[in-house]
Amino acid sequence: MKGLNAALGAAGLAAFLALGEVVPRTGLVKESYFPPTSRIASALGDEITDGAFWSALGDTLTGWAIGLAIAVGAGVVVGVLVSVVPYLREATASTIEFLRPIPSVALIPLAVLLYGTELRSVLLLVVYASFWQVLIQTLYGVQDVDPVAEETARSYGLGTWARVRYVLWPTALPYVMTGVRLAAAVALILAITAELVIGAPGLGQQIAVAQSSQAVPEMYALIVVTGLLGLLINVGARTVERRALAWHQSVRGEVAV
Amino acid sequence: MDALLDISGLRKVYEGSGRRVEAVRDLTFTVESGELVCVVGPSGCGKTTLLKCLGGLLAPTAGRVLFAGKPVSGPPPGMALVFQEYGRSLFPWMRVAENVELPLKQKDLSKARRRELVADALASVGLADAAGAYPWQLSGGMQQRVAIARALAYEPDVLLMDEPFAAVDAQTRADLEDLVRGLWRERGITILFVTHDIDEAVYLGERVVVLSASPTVVQEQLKVDLPDERDQLTTRVAPRFAELRTHVYEQIQAAKRGKADPAGGKADAEPADRP
Repeated sequence: MKGLNAALGAAGLAAFLALGEVVPRTGLVKESYFPPTSRIASALGDEITDGAFWSALGDTLTGWAIGLAIAVGAGVVVGVLVSVVPYLREATASTIEFLRPIPSVALIPLAVLLYGTELRSVLLLVVYASFWQVLIQTLYGVQDVDPVAEETARSYGLGTWARVRYVLWPTALPYVMTGVRLAAAVALILAITAELVIGAPGLGQQIAVAQSSQAVPEMYALIVVTGLLGLLINVGARTVERRALAWHQSVRGEVAV
Repeated sequence: MDALLDISGLRKVYEGSGRRVEAVRDLTFTVESGELVCVVGPSGCGKTTLLKCLGGLLAPTAGRVLFAGKPVSGPPPGMALVFQEYGRSLFPWMRVAENVELPLKQKDLSKARRRELVADALASVGLADAAGAYPWQLSGGMQQRVAIARALAYEPDVLLMDEPFAAVDAQTRADLEDLVRGLWRERGITILFVTHDIDEAVYLGERVVVLSASPTVVQEQLKVDLPDERDQLTTRVAPRFAELRTHVYEQIQAAKRGKADPAGGKADAEPADRP
C-alpha cells in the first residue's frame, strides 16, 4: 500500500512536470512568461553553481531559523507562564485575541521604519507571525493536563517546578510540536515576503532582482527552491515530532492490551 | 500510643455555581500504625472526598486530620495514594521504571538507592521484567501493579488506596487483593483501603469502617476476626466470612434507608470497641 502510494505520487509529479514542459511549447501560454520545465531546470542548475545563490539561501535560512527560535522560545515560555500564574490567562485573553489576527505583513512599514533592510526587519515579521502559532498551541496543551495526573504528582510532593517539568510539559508537548510545525511554515513565508518586499538580503530579494531584470527562468528556479525549502522544513518538523512523541497515541498506534 | 491517622469531625462541603453539596458530614475514626483498614460505603457517599482530605489534596470545611500527630494541610511526606484510574495516574511519556522513580527524585536519595528501591518495588509486585516498558503496553491489572509499586518505592508510612481495583476484571482483582494483603503482611505498612465492594472490604481488612449514605457519617466500625492467613478459595466460603459480609451488607442497606444501626445485626458481629 505504501509503495503504491509512493508510485502514484511520483507519477503525479512527473505528469505535472511534463505538463509544464508541453503547455508552453505548444504555445498555449507565452514562453516568455511561463518557460518550459527544462528551461527552469537548467536555470536552477546555473543557480546552484553560483555563490550568490548560496549566500542568499543562507541569509533566508538564517532569518527563518533565528526568527523561529525566538518565536518558539517566547511562545512556550509565555504560554506556560500565562497558564500557570493565576488570573493571568483571563487577563490576557482579550489582548491576545486582538493582536493575533493582525497580519504580519501589515507590520512591514513599521519594520522598515525601525530597521530598514537589516536582518532585524525580517526577524520582526517572522517572529510576529510565528509567535502566535506556538503560543496558542501551548495554551491549549497546558489546558489538557489530566487532573488525576496532576493530583498524583501533588500527592507525591512534587513542587510547582517539578510538576511543570514532569507533568505539564510532556502533556503540552504534542500541542507545542504542532505549533512549531505550523510556525516553521509561516516563518519561511514571512522571511521570503520580507526579503521580497523590503529588499533584505535573501532568496526573496533574488526573486525580485530576477523579475526586474527579465530573467524569467531564473525567477521560476528560485520559486522552485522556496517550494523545496518549505517541503524539507515540513518533513523535518514531522520527523522531529514523531521522535519526540513516540509515547503519544497519535504516533504509537494501536496497542494490543 | 497515638493513632497514625486521626480523623475527627471531618466535614467537606463543595460550593460552586449556586449548588451546595455536602459530600461528607461528620467523620471520626482512627487508623493505628500497621493496621489494614477498609472503608466501605454506598456509591456517592464521599469516599474519594474523604481520601483526598486525608491526602492533603482537599482542604476540609470543618474538622481535622492528624497524621502522626501533625495536622494535614498539604500532601504530607510519608503518605502515598493509589488512584482508581491507573491509566491516568501513570504517565504515558515515562517508562515503568521512570514512573516508579519519579516520586523518589523529590527525596534526598542517591541514584543507586533510588534504583534499588525501584527494582525492589517492581519485583515485589511481580513486574521486574516490565521496567523498560511503557505503561500503555501493559494490561490494566499490570498498570495498577505499577502504580502500587510506585507507592511502595516511596516507602510511605501509610498507603491510601482509592477503589484501586474497581476497573479491573474479577480474576485480576482477586490476584491484586492477595497482592495487597501479602505486601501488608510482609512490609508491615499501614493501609487505608477504600472500596464500594463489601466482599473485598471484609476479605482484605482487619477492620471495616462502614460509611452511611450522603450526608456521610460513620455508620459502624467492625473488627474482622478472620484468620490472618486468607485465601480466595477457603476464606470466601468460610461461615464467618458470610456472617461478616451479611452484617456489613445490612448496615449499608440500613445506611441507605437512613437508619442508624437497626437490629444490631443478626450475624452477631461485635462492633469494634475501639473507635
